[in-house]
Amino acid sequence: MPEPMAQPEPTRPARGDNGWRQLARMARPRATKANFLAAMLALLLGFAIATQVHQTQSSNLETLREDDLVRLLDQVQQDNGRLGDEIQVLQAQRNQLQSGVAGSAAARAAAAQRLDSLGILAGTVKAHGPGITITIRDPKDGVTAPLLLDALEELRDAGAEAVAYDDVRVVAGTYFTDDDNGGISADGKPLGLPYTIIAIGDAATLASAMDIPGGVSDSVRRVGASIDVTSSANLTINALHTIRVPRYARPVSEPSPTSS
Amino acid sequence: MIPVIGLIVGIAIGVFLQPDVPLGLQPYLPIAVIAALDAVFGAVRAVLDGIFNDKVFVISFLSNVVVAAFIVFLGDKLGVGSQLSTGVVVVLGVRIFSNVASIRRHLFHA
Repeated sequence: MPEPMAQPEPTRPARGDNGWRQLARMARPRATKANFLAAMLALLLGFAIATQVHQTQSSNLETLREDDLVRLLDQVQQDNGRLGDEIQVLQAQRNQLQSGVAGSAAARAAAAQRLDSLGILAGTVKAHGPGITITIRDPKDGVTAPLLLDALEELRDAGAEAVAYDDVRVVAGTYFTDDDNGGISADGKPLGLPYTIIAIGDAATLASAMDIPGGVSDSVRRVGASIDVTSSANLTINALHTIRVPRYARPVSEPSPTSS
Repeated sequence: MIPVIGLIVGIAIGVFLQPDVPLGLQPYLPIAVIAALDAVFGAVRAVLDGIFNDKVFVISFLSNVVVAAFIVFLGDKLGVGSQLSTGVVVVLGVRIFSNVASIRRHLFHA
């Protein structure tokens, strides 16, 4: 009974010296209504214990008390802030990487463009585009290397971007020489007759540059040769210049990133 | 003996069914279990004292559970639910300890 305090010292000596025997005697099944009720209560108690243990084990938020919930909420908010910071850092990193990718793609495109223009300038790639074809017939052998050089200068003045003399691609270092047999060589290669010059650039400008009074056409005719200038919408220069590695000149610093 | 079997069967049922405690009962069930345990230990002690009575046990069991639950309910209403729960658990725990001590003296004479 739940009133043990009321009887602190029971009549133990009078009730038999063996508590175990007493317990066994009371434990014998007795088919009384009260015993059945007690059994039912014990069953209920066992059920409640098991249920409560299960509930405690699987306890979730709804069983927590208010201050625990507040603490949990606080913790979750702290975590939230920390993770938000992390998100920002990672997003900044991602943006940085993305812009890096875009930047490197742009740099690659610029480099490719630069490679193209440098290749055309250096004569290492074939070029095509609008331009003029100049044919100089020289039956009297009056055309000299300086005349062809003048023609080249005139073409360059007029904005020619790629020029080929016969099958010699004209680059910055191209030179013309008079051969002993009356022919002309460009870069050491004898030019075939008639002299054929292909220049890519603005066709109209190039053609008019040739016809300037006192210019190339006049000079050529003066030495008894004939000149024929043909404009064309699409010319192709197949001649290539072979680059030699410079023996003496070395670049001073990084080449400037911008191309012409 | 029969109540002991009942207790074991109840635990088995609870373990197998794994029922969810209804929300309204959740604050009261732990306290009710402690109170019922107090009643059970008190009954064992009464058996050893030779003053056990089935009817008294049933009534004390039920009244213990009801009073404990009511105290917690009242504490919740008054805003001191957690403190009062702790107090009830302490009181019942002390009683369980003293009952167990008495049982121990009966059984082991120590």
